[in-house]
Amino acid sequence: MPRCHAGAMAERRGATVELREVTRRYGDTVAVDHLSLTIPAGRICVLIGPSGCGKTTSLRMVNRLIEPTSGEILIDGQNILKEDPTQLRRRIGYVIQQVGLFPHQTIGENVATVPKLLGWPEQRIRARVDELLSLIGFDPARMRDRYPSQLSGGERQRVGVARALAAEPPLMLMDEPFGAVDPIVRERLQNEFLQLHNTLAITVIFVTHDIDEAIKLGDRVAIMRSGKLVQYAPPGELLARPADDFVAQFVGSDRGLKRLSLLTVGGVELDPADPSRLDGAPVLKPSTTLRDALAAMLSSEAQVGVVKDGDRYLGVLTLSTIGKMLRSGTDG
Amino acid sequence: MTPGEPLIRWDWIGSHIGEIAFRVGEHLELTVIAIVVGLVIAGGLTFVGLRVPRLYPPISWFSGTLYTIPSLALFSVLVPYTGLTLLTAEIGLVSYTLLILIRNIAAGIHSVPVEVRDAARGMGYTPRQILVRIELPLALGVIFAGIRVATITTIGLVTVTALIGQGGLGYFILLGIQLFFSTPLIIGALGSVALAVVADGALVLIQRTLTPWTRVR
Repeated sequence: MPRCHAGAMAERRGATVELREVTRRYGDTVAVDHLSLTIPAGRICVLIGPSGCGKTTSLRMVNRLIEPTSGEILIDGQNILKEDPTQLRRRIGYVIQQVGLFPHQTIGENVATVPKLLGWPEQRIRARVDELLSLIGFDPARMRDRYPSQLSGGERQRVGVARALAAEPPLMLMDEPFGAVDPIVRERLQNEFLQLHNTLAITVIFVTHDIDEAIKLGDRVAIMRSGKLVQYAPPGELLARPADDFVAQFVGSDRGLKRLSLLTVGGVELDPADPSRLDGAPVLKPSTTLRDALAAMLSSEAQVGVVKDGDRYLGVLTLSTIGKMLRSGTDG
Repeated sequence: MTPGEPLIRWDWIGSHIGEIAFRVGEHLELTVIAIVVGLVIAGGLTFVGLRVPRLYPPISWFSGTLYTIPSLALFSVLVPYTGLTLLTAEIGLVSYTLLILIRNIAAGIHSVPVEVRDAARGMGYTPRQILVRIELPLALGVIFAGIRVATITTIGLVTVTALIGQGGLGYFILLGIQLFFSTPLIIGALGSVALAVVADGALVLIQRTLTPWTRVR
């Protein structure tokens, strides 16, 4: 494994994961039913569905914590069912909801878990631990020797992510990683995670039951029901064209509004009106989401938004433009 | 006791200091052997019981049955076979540690949170590494609670092994009864209690040193 410098990380590629007709039975019950799914390298794939739909079982089959009854799972074309499960797990990151930090080990020791298992030299482990602690926004000198019980829930979850990333895995499995923290911390962790993912570009399989989280984080979202894959699509498409009533209901009747949070002001056609008459209208940036723009416009008297990139005036966003965006999605 | 005789004759204690120290040493030796051997046997049996859950109930039953046998009866049953020896004493003493140690080792390992075990497995620990690096260290608190109870119980029981000639502080108790003389009797009894208190304190200190993570906030 190459020595990892901050600069080299962006170039590192994730692994391609392919599930072929994967089935898991427990007696007469079928937990996962002929699931076929390809996750492109470097993307975040979110598995979502109601309780008992088989999403966690599917995730746990990828690092063989659960063995498939039949089917094949390939990572970069290699059938992992022919590998030694322990060796396999050491090159796949694993993050769970309750984090599962080792309470008797310091934060530094926790993060060093997989590098130690892989027999990295002491020096390299120490450097990697400090690098990761900095990456998750910790001061290594201050945090390295603390115990998990001395950390807040959000901090523990960050350490869980750092621990999973320690040996530079090309693939990371995350089982409701942000499910146990309060909404404010959750949103911050999600944003940090997206940023982190931009730098690392590794493949992520992410299980959640929160559709908003799925839309926010997923490059692709796989909706499952009773062990079967119902729809597998980018979030925008899922919201615009749900495959059936189940998906439509699952993504929510406000799916139009949800879609707005995926679109930005910079991506729509603006009205080149004269801005001088629009005193009191909110000023929007091209990077503002349509959802935030709509909220700002509805709460102002003007009911339009003035779009500016820095000082440069770009045009006016109107309610009817937003409406048009919504309808165009659902039609096509 | 002889009327007019004081409860404790300090001059007797003064002239027997060397022997008291020697008996305390014997007492400790008998106790430490019993606890160490008990830990090894209990550890092995618990390991088997955790690996093959079907076997845990009979193991637990067996150790529980041993625990209920009165110590005097156990020693008199053993003497015809193993004689008035250290072995006889230790068979009895070890038997009485098993129940407590087995239950506490099993409880300690069961107390390891599911998510900790799941995370360890998911990151590529082998079952053996999980046992040695995760389960045993985390079980130490509960195991030590068992060692403390077993140690105190054993220190009390060792006084009985004087009956089969194995010395310890029980020697003074026997001496006091035979000579109708209260001083050695009290030395034997109080010495045994004091030893139990000191040993317990020492075990607490050892446990704290071994489990630094339990001392933070």
